[in-house]
Amino acid sequence: MRFFARLREDLKTDQLAIDARPGLTAGDVLAELASQGGPWDQLQGDQPVMIAINQAMAKPGSEVKAGDELAFFPPVTGG
Amino acid sequence: MISVQSDDFDVAAEYAALRDSGAGTGAIATFTGLVRDSGDLQGVTGLYLEHYPGMTEQVIQGLIDDASKRWDVRKARVIHRVGRLALCDQIVFVGVCSAHRGDAFAACEFIMDALKTSAPFWKKEITSDGEHWVEQKESDRARSEDWK
Repeated sequence: MRFFARLREDLKTDQLAIDARPGLTAGDVLAELASQGGPWDQLQGDQPVMIAINQAMAKPGSEVKAGDELAFFPPVTGG
Repeated sequence: MISVQSDDFDVAAEYAALRDSGAGTGAIATFTGLVRDSGDLQGVTGLYLEHYPGMTEQVIQGLIDDASKRWDVRKARVIHRVGRLALCDQIVFVGVCSAHRGDAFAACEFIMDALKTSAPFWKKEITSDGEHWVEQKESDRARSEDWK
């Protein structure tokens, strides 16, 4: 798992590993991370969290498989 | 061609490279974005830009491919800087060669508008009072939606 920008700073981490299990979705991962409380709350808060799996945009219902690169980040603001 | 880099770029050199795209090119449109002193905050003295290496380049290539399906695009060039930038620095360059101006203008504007809402870059404004991650603008989302 990778975190970028405000999430990376607030969570004080840019990478974490989790064990995949059959049927695991990106939304499940967000819920499990948010349940730790503290700054992790924001993963299920009012501010939108974007999801990418293997560097392609994904949705909370997208399945996460072993070896996938899952990323969470705020809406993008380049240009 | 796509470059995500910390170094500055030379618009004249980029234009010269675009111009060298064959006798079928009749129009070149370019856009350059700069660091300005006001965004979400007033008194901005600089920016910090972060990206998602790999995904950023893939997304921009997808935008160029989309533009090439909709308009005549002979050549396209996108440069986006990352890291710390100072006031008035260049941030982004988009250049498109087409047979005609309409396609060049449209493809250049489309790539720039879509980049702002889909390419994974994040901008932090730096002021004398502190730092602030920029929020995505509804106006940018609306501009991007207008192309659909």
